[in-house]
Amino acid sequence: MKFARDTWLIFQRQTQLLLRNPVWVFVGVFQPVMYLLLFAPLLKPALNAPTQAAAYKIFVPGLLVLLAIFGGLFQGFGLIAELRAGVIERSRVTPISRLALLLGRSLRDVVSLIVQAVIITLLALLFDLRVFLGDLLLAYLMLALIALMTSAVSYGVALKVKSEDALAPLMNTVAQPVLLLSGILLPLTFAPGWLQGIADWNPFSWAVDGTRALFAGDLGSDKVWQGLSITAVLAALGVYWAARQFARSVR
Amino acid sequence: MIETRGLRKSFRSRAGRETKTVDAVRGVNLEVAEGEIFGFLGPNGAGKTTTLRMLATLIEPDGGDATIAGADLRKDPAEVRRRIGYVPQGGSTWDESTAREELVLHARMYGIGKADAQRRAARALDAFQLTEYADRKCKTYSGGQRRRVEIALGIIHEPKIVFLDEPTTGLDPQSRAHMWDEIRRLRADGMTVFITTHYLDEADALCDRIAIMDNGELVAEGTPAELKREISGDVVLVGIDLTATEQATKALDGEPYVNKLETADEGGLRLYVDDGATAIPQVLRRLDHAGLELRSIELHRPSLDDVFLTKTGRSLRES
Ligand SMILES: Nc1ncnc2c1ncn2[C@@H]1O[C@H](COP(=O)(O)OP(=O)(O)OP(=O)(O)O)[C@@H](O)[C@H]1O
Ligand SMILES: [Mg+2]
Repeated sequence: MKFARDTWLIFQRQTQLLLRNPVWVFVGVFQPVMYLLLFAPLLKPALNAPTQAAAYKIFVPGLLVLLAIFGGLFQGFGLIAELRAGVIERSRVTPISRLALLLGRSLRDVVSLIVQAVIITLLALLFDLRVFLGDLLLAYLMLALIALMTSAVSYGVALKVKSEDALAPLMNTVAQPVLLLSGILLPLTFAPGWLQGIADWNPFSWAVDGTRALFAGDLGSDKVWQGLSITAVLAALGVYWAARQFARSVR
Repeated sequence: MIETRGLRKSFRSRAGRETKTVDAVRGVNLEVAEGEIFGFLGPNGAGKTTTLRMLATLIEPDGGDATIAGADLRKDPAEVRRRIGYVPQGGSTWDESTAREELVLHARMYGIGKADAQRRAARALDAFQLTEYADRKCKTYSGGQRRRVEIALGIIHEPKIVFLDEPTTGLDPQSRAHMWDEIRRLRADGMTVFITTHYLDEADALCDRIAIMDNGELVAEGTPAELKREISGDVVLVGIDLTATEQATKALDGEPYVNKLETADEGGLRLYVDDGATAIPQVLRRLDHAGLELRSIELHRPSLDDVFLTKTGRSLRES
């Protein structure tokens, strides 16, 4: 009870501050729309898809996972600013739950990601994308788990390194191979065997496959439950680790 | 109210390739009584903030333990948190929120309900004369206004003890005097106040008791008056002509009330006495008797700086 209340308190505060910043709101909405409008037209020929709608079924899930990963990974920067302002230290002297300090923030990130995802989905509907509501909701769950994990890890790392200068290269180094080896932008079906072998070890590759299966309406596919379980386990581990950083961080 | 036993903390820090260990706090034993303003005085890097952060449950001590407002620091840090307030040295407000929002949020982090939190925030804003700026973003505040918000944050849940880390650093003399009044008001409300400072006059004027910290250790503890008395008594400066110095030395050396006698560089004598007020008439009489002419006589009360000097061999002002 106390934990839920604490989490809600932090979530509210963080959301309020986010909405107060019009630039951020603009960027958060504008960016994915740009991807959809400017990048997507290249897809049909590139993917050799029979129709524009078929191309979207492959591209949109990839784009959403991409946003979930990146939206999460760079949240740590905001936390470093809070750390510097003394806000984290001030929170840590109160009896508020340490897990709530993390989850309240991560949930804000998850919610803002889902809002972006809904906007993109609605736009894609205009381009003839069709997906069952049930499948879509499961896909959103997958996205939420990914964002939860990446934002938690980003917060945890931010508390450990405590400086933007260290966080930026670190997150970029993580993000790059993850991105290239997950088949996010283009599916790995055409990749040579060794590349696919490596990609099998990339959890995000499983997440992308699962999300694509859901958008394809293939609910029964193994990829769905595999993707969901892997992201759920990783999200739980990420949250656990990052909450420990909140409990013990120094300065 | 606070009792610490052998509190220790070292930090490992990397300087280039080698790691160095800094013993920031090396075994601190302290007792702070209920309802007093306790001052922690020491130069930069003495370990004041580190001690406070340990007492506020922010970092775990390497050794020793402490009881704070009846709760055990190691066994029950959650209970300690409920009973204390802490105002960090480096600030604690967020640029983009307003003082009122910060106060309400902070109260609610202590589990206080929304309506009550709003009432408390309004009361605190009033008490710290912040109502006028209450709904402006914190980044628009002056240093003094911001410091007042931070102190209001530290006491919004009415803790038994509040730790204030350098509450007056960076304030102009007038704001500093205001801040002293506010701190005294906390004491009047029954709070125990633990403050750190570099300022000797502040420790002297504001604190009921002080501890002097240097290099991770306590070097002295007591009321300001006690400390000054214990260390050096008073100093009487006797101004006489250079030619008469020798005669005067002969006349005064060995007088029962003179603890120590030194020739001052600028001529004249420095007498260390227990109580300057009673010594001065005797000095005057003795010199008169010896037929020596006095140019001036001055009484110096020892300052906390003298205390620091005697205990550490350095002046606090220089370090
Ligand atoms: N997180 C840390 N990592 C490494 N060293 C630290 C850390 N925190 C403090 N120190 C070192 O411990 C010593 C004591 O620092 P502390 O901040 O407690 O001093 P202080 O008495 O508060 O000084 P000031 O008056 O400047 O605030 C210093 O030498 C400082 O460099
Ligand atoms: Mg300090």
